Amino acid sequence: MISIKDLHKSYSIGNSSLHVLKGINFEVEKGELVAIMGSSGSGKSTLLNILGMLDVADEGDYILDQVPIKNLNETKAAKYRNQFLGFVFQSFNLINYKTALENVSLPLYYQGIKRKERQEIAMDYLDKVGLKEWSTHLPSELSGGQKQRVAIARALASKPKVLLADEPTGALDSTTSYEVMDLIQKINEEGNTILVVTHEEDIAQMCKRIVRLKDGVIIEDKKINQVLATSHV
Amino acid sequence: MFSRDRWSEIFETISKNKLRTFLSGFTVALGIFIFIILFGLGNGLKNTFQEFFLDDASNAIFLYPGRTSMPFKGFKANRRIEFKNDDLEDIKQNFTLFTEYITPRISRSALTKYKNESNTYSTRAVAPGHQFVEKTIIMKGRYLNQTDIDERRKSAVIGRLVAKDLFKDEDPIGKYIDVGSSAFKVIGVFQDEGGDNEERNIYIPYTTRQLLEKSTDRVDQIVVTFPKELGHAGAVAFETSLKKYFKDKKSIDPRDPNGIYIQNLTDDLKRSQQFAVVLQLIVSIVGLGTLIAGIIGISNIMVFVVKERTKELGIRKAIGATPKSVIQMILQESIFITTLSGYLGLFLGIVVLKNIGLRLEDYFIKNPFIDMGTAIAATVILIVFGAIAGYIPAKRAARIKPIVALRDE
Repeated sequence: MISIKDLHKSYSIGNSSLHVLKGINFEVEKGELVAIMGSSGSGKSTLLNILGMLDVADEGDYILDQVPIKNLNETKAAKYRNQFLGFVFQSFNLINYKTALENVSLPLYYQGIKRKERQEIAMDYLDKVGLKEWSTHLPSELSGGQKQRVAIARALASKPKVLLADEPTGALDSTTSYEVMDLIQKINEEGNTILVVTHEEDIAQMCKRIVRLKDGVIIEDKKINQVLATSHV
Repeated sequence: MFSRDRWSEIFETISKNKLRTFLSGFTVALGIFIFIILFGLGNGLKNTFQEFFLDDASNAIFLYPGRTSMPFKGFKANRRIEFKNDDLEDIKQNFTLFTEYITPRISRSALTKYKNESNTYSTRAVAPGHQFVEKTIIMKGRYLNQTDIDERRKSAVIGRLVAKDLFKDEDPIGKYIDVGSSAFKVIGVFQDEGGDNEERNIYIPYTTRQLLEKSTDRVDQIVVTFPKELGHAGAVAFETSLKKYFKDKKSIDPRDPNGIYIQNLTDDLKRSQQFAVVLQLIVSIVGLGTLIAGIIGISNIMVFVVKERTKELGIRKAIGATPKSVIQMILQESIFITTLSGYLGLFLGIVVLKNIGLRLEDYFIKNPFIDMGTAIAATVILIVFGAIAGYIPAKRAARIKPIVALRDE
């Protein structure tokens, strides 16, 4: 599903340049649930942003579902993001003046789906994350866990090939975190490919594979025995 | 542009961001409103000015007889010069190309009575051409005509206020009034833009006046109007040759500054036109200044709006909005708001201008107005600049990477 080879990325800070990713190689198969771990500054968020086409690599190849991702202009990147990817952010990034339902249906709007159909699909996904009766609420009226579940529903609504989650539990308490991870595990069981960036060991243990980054290189990549989130609740 | 889905997305955004919508709408509406009010008031000032200075025909030359101050051709100095009816004929024949209308004017003051009402009014004995000299407007009946002159009829055209004083609500046409002990038939009522005093005049045929004054053929004044195409220089030349002609005819020393006085309105006209140009300039500068202030206002608001939405735009881009759709959304929204509020301001401005119009005459502002063309052009300019002012930051916002926009708090 995802294949990256020899990925490099530097940021220039004033006159000096910071080499964040120093040659990353890895593959992700369809249906995997991968945790990308590392301390802050290890380059894990940068890697996720490049995978999410929110940022571009300086060097290296990135192939997503047999489509080489290169020479992207903003319009093309927007189309790929819309077709291939779903995002879940640490800070939820819901549009604050739109209701839960409208937030979930927004990616479908950019896919050009008609309003009525959009709302039906969005309602299905809200139901899936257990927030059907909250559909008319604004983000400010929802708890952190609920917001993240709306964000997950939004990410799923466009039927992405890969779901990218950047510290999805970073802003949540542990009980809520486990609920969110439980949801992510269930979505994964349905055959979705999911990448989770985290620095919490217990969250990483709930995935099926852990990739550890340190100073811009992969230091460990192993499959693990998944811990079910439900066992914590 | 006309997709229903996009419009509903825009209406949603507008209705859920009321403060933002209000701010940008208010700026445009206020800008247009102030522009229309100031421009209208400026026009009102111009109207007052025109009323003050341009009431009478501006293409007129007034000739007054005087007394000579130099002996000439055997005549002594201090001789009284008089105009006669044949002078009118001579002007007509010798200056055919230069004269439009020609009329004598003999002014007298007389006690005028109708039934129990009486008052003293000034009567002006004139020829039909006088109507064009004074720009007299007939409200009822008719003005003097050539038959009145030829048959020396006792016809009178009375001013609006004369009619009001003497006749109250009665219809004056066809009634007889007593002017200085002779009965005159009222044939018309007139109004005059020149104000109340002008409307307290009574016009009668000059031949009738001459008959009443023991059949003289003397006239007090002669007024000649010339075609406007003559221009200022032509009018001055006409004046000079008129003066020369009469000095010759009346045997006055060409160097004598007295004897005949000529007043040429074209000089006044030139002066007042220059003043009008300056007034127009002031009005235009005020209008332009307001418009520029409005443009700056809407530009600031648009920059602020886009800045405020940076994060939202980042989110939209992360979930699949193309830069084009982002720009389109912002532009369509801003044009929609500015158009709506622009025309609201336009409408309000015109309504207010209409309503305050009558109350400002004491402050030298008469009938303030703005022509629709100018008002709509100003509105369109503001909308276009609002769109440009929105486009530049929108384009920048659409270009920044979503990751940067998402970090924006």
